[in-house]
Amino acid sequence: MEGTLNVVGYGLSAIGPGIGVGLIFAAYINGTARQPEARGILQPIAFLGFALAEALALFGLVLAFVL
Amino acid sequence: MRALALLSTEGEGFDPPDARDFELPPVFSIGGFEVTKVMLLVAFSVILIGGFFYLAARRGSLVPGRLQFAGEGAYSFVRNQLGRDIIGSADFQKFVPFLFTLFFFILVNNVFGIVPFIQFPTMSHIGFPASLALLSFLIYNIVGIRRHGFVNYFKEAMFPPGVPKPVYVILSPIELMTILFTRPLTLAMRLFANMFAGHLLLLVFILGGEYMLHSGGFAAILSPFAFGFGVVLTFFELLVQVLQAYIFTLLSALYIAGALAEEH
Repeated sequence: MEGTLNVVGYGLSAIGPGIGVGLIFAAYINGTARQPEARGILQPIAFLGFALAEALALFGLVLAFVL
Repeated sequence: MRALALLSTEGEGFDPPDARDFELPPVFSIGGFEVTKVMLLVAFSVILIGGFFYLAARRGSLVPGRLQFAGEGAYSFVRNQLGRDIIGSADFQKFVPFLFTLFFFILVNNVFGIVPFIQFPTMSHIGFPASLALLSFLIYNIVGIRRHGFVNYFKEAMFPPGVPKPVYVILSPIELMTILFTRPLTLAMRLFANMFAGHLLLLVFILGGEYMLHSGGFAAILSPFAFGFGVVLTFFELLVQVLQAYIFTLLSALYIAGALAEEH
């Protein structure tokens, strides 16, 4: 098997966004559990935050292939 | 194609799937223009979606039949959940066709990744997500510039109110980068990377299981587990594919809503 350290580095860098996405959805679930009517308002905010956090992981993926 | 290559090189060790697996040979060529499976899949998806919704909407009756009910349910999901709730009831009407087309085009092309005998997600070729993201990028910027005027649109995006003055030194370039560069890039990358990684993951388990089966001995006993996990991951992929279609459309709607909003 062949590989580069890039991919290992990407695996490490994905920890941060992973925790971030977890926190965002934890907050979303918490909010919905406490106030079920707020689901419609919270959902787009949760997904926007998820998208922003995930963007970092995606940049890492691109750099892992490019560099 | 790769599976056959794998069998012919048997005994040389497992060749893990990589980016080369996505370079499909042309199916046929018209005057030097090579038509690949991916292009055929895009054309097929358009026929499929158009045909389905044409049939569903052909005989609109007050009491909907089964097909009409399915079509109306799909339409009203995008219209209400992604259009009205995000963009707001004042402006959402004219964006519904775009969001609706976007959602179902991405959804069908993603699900091609796990449909037997097709099994190739169109969106794992960067060109398709990139062009869709470019379309979204043009639309949200153009409606924003039309609504607020060129200078005002960028001023509102770059200088959100209620921020201490020195912070603008850092904030304004970041905001400008976001609306001009980061948003379309991440839209395209997110869809591409998810489909690419998902397809690669399935290839690893299925081709790996096949290799273990052929290698004999103890590995052959374990290979059903690899195939079984491949099947489980196929269902997981279905979840990811639907979610990615939803997120792409949701983010497009959010960006349009942000561009139309009176103040950011």
